[in-house]
Amino acid sequence: MSEHRPRIGVVTFPGSLDDRDALRAVALMGGDPVSVWHADRSLGGADAIVLPGGFSYGDYLRTGAIARFAPAMESVAAFAAAGGPVLGICNGFQILCEAGLLPGALIRNRGLAFVCRWITIRVDHGSGAFVRTGELLPVPIKHGEGRFVASEDELRRLEAAGQIAFRYCSPAGEASDDFNPNGSAANIAGVWNEAGNVLGLMPHPEHAIDPDLGPTGGQPILQWLLSVARARVPA
Amino acid sequence: MNFRVVVGVRLKEGLLDPQGKAVESALPSLGWDNVSHVRVGKEIELEIAAPDEAAARTQVTEMAERFLSNPVIETFEILQVAELVTLHGDDKPA
Repeated sequence: MSEHRPRIGVVTFPGSLDDRDALRAVALMGGDPVSVWHADRSLGGADAIVLPGGFSYGDYLRTGAIARFAPAMESVAAFAAAGGPVLGICNGFQILCEAGLLPGALIRNRGLAFVCRWITIRVDHGSGAFVRTGELLPVPIKHGEGRFVASEDELRRLEAAGQIAFRYCSPAGEASDDFNPNGSAANIAGVWNEAGNVLGLMPHPEHAIDPDLGPTGGQPILQWLLSVARARVPA
Repeated sequence: MNFRVVVGVRLKEGLLDPQGKAVESALPSLGWDNVSHVRVGKEIELEIAAPDEAAARTQVTEMAERFLSNPVIETFEILQVAELVTLHGDDKPA
């Protein structure tokens, strides 16, 4: 039996930038990409959802604060509550935090500068066959408000619960402040929700898929999403 | 009744405020070298129709808790509530 191509919905908000790259990345990784419009409640029968990067609603008030109230986000919240896999990238991560689907918040980078470069992240707590604990992934970042913050108690809880997905690290895998591009607490680059079906990260896996264009550190993250989506579809 | 409300939103104490730091480090170059602990927040002004001031405050508080501020990183304060007097409006005097 040929492998099922799961439908992966990519939500476009006003101001989304990386939705097309995310759709292309999904297709390259073997998924069936479906565009989802922010004003629609329908997720187009998607088996997984990507909230892409960009500047939804011009980042007004706070990043992700207004996108959170989009009709599509109500459906995404219900989908996530039912165990559906959701990946939030950059602005998508910010939206998930604002929506309370992920812990913490993302604020202005330390040093105020917008950072745009290739970095390395280390999988702090993996999931499934693709996102493996300890693995190093070269991925690009491009954000002005990517400093992950949470209370001390919350950070301890996240650590204990294995919810810290990725940490910024040296090319050799050492997580340290020297390789922290934005001042994130505990060098955190991405987190899981408690149930492990919602993942948010500031780096851009969808830009690190195609070997013709550079490193492919984004592949395992998309593979995670596709594999969970496949597992949910009755064969 | 209509009220004009001003809500102040600030980053929580203890959270690094890079914007405040940037402002602080620019002040000495203008000759003010005795300033420290600069923090930048924001002020949200709005007008609200409500039966009375208490109702206006209650609603604005809820709006601030759920939307205007993010309790993970910010605190808010209602800085001002002023009744708007309409001189030529449709509101009939009570």
